[in-house]
Amino acid sequence: MPSKVPVRLRVNGEEAAVMVPPYKTLLEVLREDLGLTGTKHGCELGECSTCAVLVDGKPFLSCLAMPLDLEGTEITTVEGLATGSKPHRLQVAFAELGAAQCGYCTPAMLLTARALLDHDPEPSRDAIKQALSGVLCRCTGYAKIFEAVELAASRSEGLVV
Amino acid sequence: MSEELSVVGQSLVKPDAFSKVSGQTKFADDLALPRMLFGRILRSPHPHARILSIDTSRAQALPGVLAVLTGEDLPIKFGILPVSQDEEALAGEKVRYVGDPIAAVAATDEWIADEALELIEVRFKELPRYMGIEEAIAGSGEPIHGKSNVHKAVALEFGDTEEAMGVAEHVREDIVFFEGNTHLPMEQHAAVAQYAQDGKLTLWSSTQTPHYVHRALGKVLELPMSRIRVIATPNGGGFGGKSDIFAHELVAAKLAIKTGRPVKITLTREEVFYAHRGRHPVLMKVKTGFRRDGTITTMQFQSFLDGGGYGSYGVASTYYTGALQTMTYAIPRYRFEGVRLFTNKPPCGPKRGHGTPQPRFALETHLDKVAEELGLDPVELRLRNLPTPNSRTVNWLRITSCGLKKCIETVAAESRFRERRTAMPPGRGLGFAVSSYLSGAGTAIYWNDMPHSEVQLKLDRNGGVALLCGAIDIGQGSDHILAAIVAEVLGVRLEDIQLTTADTDLTPIDLGSYSSRVTFMAGNAAKAAAENARARVFEAAATALQCDVEDLAARDRQIFRRDRPAEAIPFVQAVRLAEAAGGVVTASGSYTPPKLAGPYKGSGVGPSPAYSFSAAVVEVDVDLKTGEVRVPEVWVAHDIGRAINPVLVIGQVEGSVYMGLGEALMEEQTFRLGLHKFPSLLEYKSPTALETPIMHTYLVETIDPEGPFGAKEAGQGPLLPVIPAVANAIYNAVGVRIDEVPITPEKVLKAMSEKTRRVGPKAVPSFGFPPLVEADVPDEWKGR
Repeated sequence: MPSKVPVRLRVNGEEAAVMVPPYKTLLEVLREDLGLTGTKHGCELGECSTCAVLVDGKPFLSCLAMPLDLEGTEITTVEGLATGSKPHRLQVAFAELGAAQCGYCTPAMLLTARALLDHDPEPSRDAIKQALSGVLCRCTGYAKIFEAVELAASRSEGLVV
Repeated sequence: MSEELSVVGQSLVKPDAFSKVSGQTKFADDLALPRMLFGRILRSPHPHARILSIDTSRAQALPGVLAVLTGEDLPIKFGILPVSQDEEALAGEKVRYVGDPIAAVAATDEWIADEALELIEVRFKELPRYMGIEEAIAGSGEPIHGKSNVHKAVALEFGDTEEAMGVAEHVREDIVFFEGNTHLPMEQHAAVAQYAQDGKLTLWSSTQTPHYVHRALGKVLELPMSRIRVIATPNGGGFGGKSDIFAHELVAAKLAIKTGRPVKITLTREEVFYAHRGRHPVLMKVKTGFRRDGTITTMQFQSFLDGGGYGSYGVASTYYTGALQTMTYAIPRYRFEGVRLFTNKPPCGPKRGHGTPQPRFALETHLDKVAEELGLDPVELRLRNLPTPNSRTVNWLRITSCGLKKCIETVAAESRFRERRTAMPPGRGLGFAVSSYLSGAGTAIYWNDMPHSEVQLKLDRNGGVALLCGAIDIGQGSDHILAAIVAEVLGVRLEDIQLTTADTDLTPIDLGSYSSRVTFMAGNAAKAAAENARARVFEAAATALQCDVEDLAARDRQIFRRDRPAEAIPFVQAVRLAEAAGGVVTASGSYTPPKLAGPYKGSGVGPSPAYSFSAAVVEVDVDLKTGEVRVPEVWVAHDIGRAINPVLVIGQVEGSVYMGLGEALMEEQTFRLGLHKFPSLLEYKSPTALETPIMHTYLVETIDPEGPFGAKEAGQGPLLPVIPAVANAIYNAVGVRIDEVPITPEKVLKAMSEKTRRVGPKAVPSFGFPPLVEADVPDEWKGR
């Protein structure tokens, strides 16, 4: 059996200490060791961004990231988007506008959009397209996703259900 | 009627929306069971080879490996169609495409499983390979299956087309090619199998067709189906790509039986490209006769399908390339000849539009050329050949509701097609096309007289409604459709419905999420079940309100008298009264499509209880220097019958436009020496957010007489006109005909520099089709 190494991560505001083989990717550690299966995979080669999470607020491909390199950072997955049982305004907008069809690329879309809104609270349609262009979706044709990001942007944080 | 509806027709948030946006939806690969092993499959490196020997001893000996399987362990052949039982879970004697499964291992982790695959030694003798239609027809070496590479050849004639062609005032013939492409769902296929000591097998799988997987497991594993439970997990995209029976499903089950431990197999992205079952490459010849005014008098259509290594749905695909031409145009005499060839490539099967985007591309570009020859506007040419609602086509397809005329007029007007098309700036063009698609196949995949969809309901004394149905949501929103229909009929709210779907132990049968059948068929079953449940609740309510059952209506959790709405009791109260009077309130409903097949062999493919209709206008912007085609704007009108949830329908239309543009401009599944040229998400080009056009969607409601609340399909039809509309727009923009999909910049540049101003096939191979079956035609078409 391959030897395991201790890794200390901070995920969704919580400390997580796990023993994992050093070659395991962040994607695998999140899904298999921490039970955070909201993070998906589409290629495991860094091509589709389905596995995107936020590292210190920036979109990051978890399939290419090695957990040992990320000690001391703040990792956010889709499970960390909501505040308690209150969904993030992006999650509400995606649900309302049908921006999640099969839902498989949705976690990565939401997190990438969250990173966009964090630094550009009222993005133009072009800025949204540019920000989401690395995340592939096969269901929606993207239009409903753009509209959902715009709807979320139009709602101030305090007003959502 | 519509003003009385309170759930149907509303753009409500679908029941699974929050589970999806929160990441809580459990896809197949998200499942993990205690002691679970990981399975991996060894696949053929050769496109066509005999297996001389397989030595698994070194793999067996690797620590952490618990089981190794070869073809000997799973010798029984299977296939999705009863007529094509030609696949083995693991190849026994020979391999027929690169990627054909040969052996499998189960190990304690994926790395050990991968290492074990490398220790399996297989000796092959390579055989001549057939990499395309012409090679498969002409090749003289050992065929891929049996005595010939011809999988299926059909020849049907409805009325004397030669005679009509001879007297036609205008005749045109075109030859076009549609390259294969693949579904590319973002979720890779995965399956988890568990075998209990009492002999019960459970398989979780990302499948669109749990019932067919259930049947195949029973056959291949020789287990009674009552001892097998198949649970379809929500599909992370399907598009037809998860509607076949896959080796990894059978292998995971066998490994679980052999090891006594749960086994998971998740395909890699590369494996998904090779598993395929996607769009057939099809070479087509279309010849049509017209009157001078543009009326079609006859059509002859030939298709040559490049099928890949196995049958899959291919017999149906072959017929589908010829079936629906008559649905959008009143064609009085029609001939169809089609042949599917085995080739040494991954098997093709159904992808969104199954067998119909290719002929639609041929037909709609053909008519664009004819319109120009006849000096007609392409919209006008279509309007002169419209089918009639409530009629039959010459090949016996029954048309009920038909909003094609409205669809055509809507997109033409909204895009200002006629005014703008003749005055576009350099490099800009507008293209137009129409289409039609089935609302579910009218015949089951295996012959039986049972319903195609069934729904059970249990009303509980707390006001909740449990809804059980075999249909699986693949992202298209089928959970919502079922819940909305039941909520509407019972007069409760959407959130009162609790769904259990696609679990063969718990849910009654639905044949699967394919052929755009769930809204129409499972929707009708849900409506019937809800009406049966409502009958019991209304009976109790009528007693309480001292009125007749016929006087009652239900809405917003209240049951009330229509004539005196103030006299009402809460729904939950009526359920309690019904339960007190007669025990648990359960009800079921079923849907069996009417028998619609015509009186000829092959008539089982094409009939549907209703057809959707679509029309599209696509605007293109062609870069004159690079040949690159951008699509700034698309208009689609779709005859949906009735939109049960408009936002979900628009989502299906927009997704179809997106996928159609990908197929039109960039997506292709092509091979070099048997190897896929682009088996990755980076190299296989698909549109990104940046390529998204402005999309205008118009829903045309025709309230189909047999659809649930009048609804028809939305998932596939709107894709079909997009591809030819792109090609027609490119002609309008730069005057070149690209008679070959995908329309890459290279082809556009080449056509612009050629005297013919065309890129495309010049001939079809010489092939001896079987003698024409001269089918009887419906009375109304006789003598026309």
